[in-house]
Amino acid sequence: MTLRHLFLLGTLAVIGAALAWVFWDAVAVQAPGRLADMALDRVPESGVSNPVTAVLLNFRAYDTLLELAVLMAAILGIWSTGPDVPGFLPAGEVLEKLTAAIVPLLILSAGYLLWVGGHAPGGAFQAGALLGAAGVILRLSGRPDAGLPPLTWLRLTIVLGVLAFVAAALVLMAAGYGFLTFPLAVAKWVILAIESAATLAIGATLAAAYLAGEPLGVRT
Amino acid sequence: MIDWLALTVALPLLGSVLAAAIPARSPGIGMATGLLTTTAALSVGVLIAHAGELRSDLGGWGVPLGIALQADGLSGALLVMANLVALGISAYALGYFASGLRRHFWPLWLLLWSALNALFLAADVFNIYVTLELLGIAAAALGALTGGQAAIAANLRYLLVGLLGSMTYLLGVAILYTGLGTLDLRLAAESLTPGPLAWTAGALMLGGLLLKAALFPLHFWLPPAHAQAPAPVSAALSALVVKAAFYLVLRLWIDLFASVVGPGPGILLGALGAGGVIWGSWRAFRSERLKLLAAYSTVAQVGYLFLFFPLLAAAALPKQQELLGALLLLALTHGFAKAGLFLSAGLLQKHAGHDRIAELGPAIRSLPAVAFAMGLAGVALVGLPPSGAFIAKWILLTESFAMDRWWWALVVLVGTLMASAYVFRLLANAFGPAAHQDAVELGGDVQTEKIGRMIQAPALLMALVAVVLLGLGAEPLWGLLGSSSP
Amino acid sequence: MATQLLFGLVGIILFLLGVWSFLAHRPLLRKLIALNVMGAGVFHVLVAVAYRGLEKTPDPIPHALVLTGIVVAVSATALALTLGQRLEHEDD
Repeated sequence: MTLRHLFLLGTLAVIGAALAWVFWDAVAVQAPGRLADMALDRVPESGVSNPVTAVLLNFRAYDTLLELAVLMAAILGIWSTGPDVPGFLPAGEVLEKLTAAIVPLLILSAGYLLWVGGHAPGGAFQAGALLGAAGVILRLSGRPDAGLPPLTWLRLTIVLGVLAFVAAALVLMAAGYGFLTFPLAVAKWVILAIESAATLAIGATLAAAYLAGEPLGVRT
Repeated sequence: MIDWLALTVALPLLGSVLAAAIPARSPGIGMATGLLTTTAALSVGVLIAHAGELRSDLGGWGVPLGIALQADGLSGALLVMANLVALGISAYALGYFASGLRRHFWPLWLLLWSALNALFLAADVFNIYVTLELLGIAAAALGALTGGQAAIAANLRYLLVGLLGSMTYLLGVAILYTGLGTLDLRLAAESLTPGPLAWTAGALMLGGLLLKAALFPLHFWLPPAHAQAPAPVSAALSALVVKAAFYLVLRLWIDLFASVVGPGPGILLGALGAGGVIWGSWRAFRSERLKLLAAYSTVAQVGYLFLFFPLLAAAALPKQQELLGALLLLALTHGFAKAGLFLSAGLLQKHAGHDRIAELGPAIRSLPAVAFAMGLAGVALVGLPPSGAFIAKWILLTESFAMDRWWWALVVLVGTLMASAYVFRLLANAFGPAAHQDAVELGGDVQTEKIGRMIQAPALLMALVAVVLLGLGAEPLWGLLGSSSP
Repeated sequence: MATQLLFGLVGIILFLLGVWSFLAHRPLLRKLIALNVMGAGVFHVLVAVAYRGLEKTPDPIPHALVLTGIVVAVSATALALTLGQRLEHEDD
């Protein structure tokens, strides 16, 4: 350990102590509750019954919109670096059988998580992560395209999340409700539609990100 | 029922989606979206000029439950500047990129544009974090677009450093929420009292943002990243992205942490800013390459912006408004001037095949419009009249003397002298032997390009705005900020 | 209460460990892991803030913030890894 490292550690330890004290003070002394009561009280107005989904897809939907844009930016950035790297060798027998068993289960679980997110822990991101994992498994077991559709369709799938969200928001604004204001009557269905689009987009983005490049193969 | 604030963010997002889905049409989609977005931004500007402030509660939930967008004189002016500069860069980019890079540029560029607008209009501290990340990822991806080793390395470093800054900022947000129970800027400002919580949250949030704003000595990542990026991207990075991070520092300083900050931190920021002015100007003077010169010049200009902080902290309210006006004017002028400089540099680089300053003479002489644009941009960077920068620096000088803090004035003078040195060193190449001699010197093994008429326009326009428009028409700015002009 | 404090303090320690590793180690992969550890630390703090005791439903806002933060961190890591890989291949 060099002197520089020691100095760094020392500084961080002091900062850590200060942070710990401030955190302890803020948590212990300040009134508990913060935004919790306000949020939980208004969940019935949001169209879903799971409070976290209500926050993500209704109260703070704008953050989620930008977050989907971040995902899109990442995959577009990855694609701009060049073609994807060559795939792995095809799977052996055992891996092949396992993959054939697990991947459909993953897709099924993803669909379940998407649906159940309205009233229990779950939602678009969780479901999308499972789909992404399915794609990674397919890639690791030798399929170069990771189960993704051909490039033209893949492009559409990638943008689907942001597209659905922005389209819904603009339509609602034009209809007089306000940007990202979901009227209670349709809130549940709008949220479900956005989440479904987002699930596909997130799953495709995560799987495509694993390819580390644009799948420019002849499959277009 | 049109929510102009939301439109400035939503339109580029939509455009990016379309440009990514239909790559063949991306330039057209990109330009059209740019025009629409700029219109929305101008509408916001006009509305603010009348109403003073604009606020929109997204989702109808109101704060603190939901997220709001807000624009006042400061953010409105920066929003308009950013959109106009972005429009100019888009027009330039139409002619700049070859077909291969084109389809990658436009979707990412529109995402960056959306992030900028979202950032200027943000009123929620966590929302600011998300916009910062979108901005950082899009900017790093665009910077590495050329695909060269140096470009990728520099922009990877930019991405990593940016992430360090964002994570630090996010911890500050977490601590803020722990103590205050709200994420809205306005509500948090009302509940915040001076104390360890405010100090810690402030240090974390401002620290992360200062890293992104490239305040000396946290500027190290900027010159390589900006110099290696393609010219339109460099223009956006230096003129807009860095400005956005600075705007956040300013916003937190005068709004959220207003009760907490005092002369001490102000002097610290001013001192670091002075370091940036001197070091940035020196390195710019010593640069061999044009884009590196421009990048170091950005470090210096950011330093100038931070020189205002100690004066702001020590001044009484009416003087504060005047200083804020000058600060805004300097930021606006620099935005246009730096964009003009980088766009001109890009054209020179295309024409000559390289950007080594010593050998750019023939290229400069054969592109008189570009040389003129560069000259005007240089005038604004140095701060000569009638540019907006002159007025701003003049106010900075007179105020620092008026408040008995003459050492800041000294830094400004030294910095201005050094800026003149590197600008004139650059422009000296414009005056030389006749054109026909140069036609022989151009070409060779390096790949050069003919430069069309249309692509030279944006650079020239922006330089003109910086020097003429902002200089002669600066008075309304103070009205925008809600005070009388000096 | 003690749970909350413990979680939060662990989060702060993770954050600082991440900062140290980011500044002290040179290889790209270590820096990326450091950034992710920093992120995990901040998320720990947020989850700690959300806890309101065993009887009450936790505060959903910090949970939503953590979800957003995770996605953002993953996106940035993916881009950084790809850029790093391009660097490596160019060296070949």
